[in-house]
Amino acid sequence: MGNVTRASADVQVSPVSQEMTGPRGPKPRTVLSRRNIMIYGTLIMVSLYYMLPLYVMIVTSLKGMPEIRLGNIFSPPVEITFQPWVKAWAEACTGLNCDGLSRGFFNSVRILIPSVLLSIAIASVNGYALANWRFKGSETFFTILIVGAFIPYQVMIYPIVIMLREVGLYGSLTGLVIVHTIFGMPILTLLFRNYFASVPQELFKAARVDGAGFWGIYFRIMVPMSLPIFVVAMILQVTGIWNDFLFGVIYTKPDLYPMTVQLNNIVNSTQGVKEYNVNMAATILTGLVPLTIYFISGKLFVRGIAAGAVKG
Amino acid sequence: METNQSISIKNLALSFGALDVLKDLNLDVGQGEFLVLLGSSGCGKSTLLNCIAGLLDVSDGQIFIGGRNVTWEEPSERGIGMVFQSYALYPQMTVAGNLSFGLKNAGLPKAEIEERVNRAAKVLQIEPLLSRKPAALSGGQRQRAAIGRALVRDADVFLFDEPLSNLDAKLRADLRVEIKQLHQKLSNTMIYVTHDQIEAMTLADRIAIMRGGQILQLDSPNEIYNRPANKYVAEFIGSPTMNFFEGDIVGGDGLRFSTGDQFFPLEGYEFRNGTPVQGPAWFGIRPEHMVTGTEADTAAIRLNGRVELVEPLGSDTLARVAVADRALWVRMDGQAPVRDGDSVTVGFDPARANLFDKSSENRI
Repeated sequence: MGNVTRASADVQVSPVSQEMTGPRGPKPRTVLSRRNIMIYGTLIMVSLYYMLPLYVMIVTSLKGMPEIRLGNIFSPPVEITFQPWVKAWAEACTGLNCDGLSRGFFNSVRILIPSVLLSIAIASVNGYALANWRFKGSETFFTILIVGAFIPYQVMIYPIVIMLREVGLYGSLTGLVIVHTIFGMPILTLLFRNYFASVPQELFKAARVDGAGFWGIYFRIMVPMSLPIFVVAMILQVTGIWNDFLFGVIYTKPDLYPMTVQLNNIVNSTQGVKEYNVNMAATILTGLVPLTIYFISGKLFVRGIAAGAVKG
Repeated sequence: METNQSISIKNLALSFGALDVLKDLNLDVGQGEFLVLLGSSGCGKSTLLNCIAGLLDVSDGQIFIGGRNVTWEEPSERGIGMVFQSYALYPQMTVAGNLSFGLKNAGLPKAEIEERVNRAAKVLQIEPLLSRKPAALSGGQRQRAAIGRALVRDADVFLFDEPLSNLDAKLRADLRVEIKQLHQKLSNTMIYVTHDQIEAMTLADRIAIMRGGQILQLDSPNEIYNRPANKYVAEFIGSPTMNFFEGDIVGGDGLRFSTGDQFFPLEGYEFRNGTPVQGPAWFGIRPEHMVTGTEADTAAIRLNGRVELVEPLGSDTLARVAVADRALWVRMDGQAPVRDGDSVTVGFDPARANLFDKSSENRI
């Protein structure tokens, strides 16, 4: 309380009245401040930039060919038609087969499900063993595994062709599943190891005192605690394997081509006119699976990344 | 105390690569004894506990629990229950699930599991919490549940790894009392690791003070407080820490301790083994064994000084007194009218002093 020494009464402000009239409660905020305009302006611009291609694709896939030939790619369809979608799914021809993308879709599913389950099952046990059961040479083993993540795929393509041929799996879905499982191993093991390493050691010790063994601790303590990281691993694998083109085209044969390869064959078929609407529909159909996975598990994905993946 | 040993550790050693964490350690714990392992961080106390629990493989030596050599046995086979600092409750299970987890692993019949869980819950007064998950418990409740998990195992030996360190001061004091009561009630062997000397003093039948992977002194709290075996123990126990004077024990007209230009008579000091020693030494005296005011006038040793700093604690007042070129901590009555800058006479009795050899720092 600074005491006011000046004589005039009007200068004197008693501390009480200041308390009554001064700012109180939450500070008022302006909605259209320059800062907000900047932030939201940028965000809207960027999202438009990213959304526009998707818009063009959807719009085009709903148009008939005559409308597309007008060349106005941004205009909404005058006459909405789902024929391109039907054609893309069930009728488009690749080579001799004229059953559209559906064959590729089911091939991809048959590749995806075992690859994802197998790679996650193995990698999570790997990560658990490396994080909690430090055995002799575990660090070396881990280093080798990580180095594996940096070796370019191209180096291994031919050796794997030979190996698969020797065991009679070349050109089969089983062979491709094995390849996907192996290639997912380094990054998934790293992911799981780091996550399990962030689980308090004392929990693991308590479980050992309680008489749980290697598998008991894994299934009853670690797995139930680690849902977020399993979701992260699942998303990585689903998108990675679904979007894979290279391994699919190399290690399988035309009857068993995954959806991505089939999409390429449809889009790049040189016979006849380019059916942009069918191509667009086929592309969206192919991208639908990873997209769905993202939407369903987005929240868990973020949590898992935040919880374990960044910690070394 | 008890004649039969509950835990016996023989020549235990543990090293990680070139780093020796435990060195040739021997320890016997009696049946029903409450032993506290006390030391600052990195002294190996938790490591020793983990070795006893079987969570760490030893490099050398043997561990016996209940007369059985358990050196190579799994933690669950050793007949121990363990309580951890972070509680280590399984987050996805209810309290009841946490308590019964070990019993299920041991393959006990359902009825017995239920009976044991209920018994433990009753002892710890956590019956209303049994169906809750750990996330819905307070810190004190969590630690009670964690103790319960050790309790249901009907183990002969309880191991506590700094169980109260994560709790706030009030809860810590409450749970300390509860653990002591629990020990009175169950009377099984307990080994308790802490860095908190108050926990150690209040709970222990015997305290093992550790440093650098070795036990420096293993004695009753009283003995450790009154007759610390070396200077480290003397400094570690007691707050504020013991005051030390550097000097020599000299003979002549009765033994005296010479420091600076002063001579402290050593009449009444009990030398170890009753044999007086001369030579360079440390002279230690606890703040609470110093007196001021009129009491100081009759003390055998008197020093004049000036109060530099006062810390009122309510029950006591701590004062830092500058004497010659050094500062002494003195514990006074809480109501003592002492202020910064006061001149005081500080007195103490050589019978309450502690003398340590200058080079070995062992008690003499």
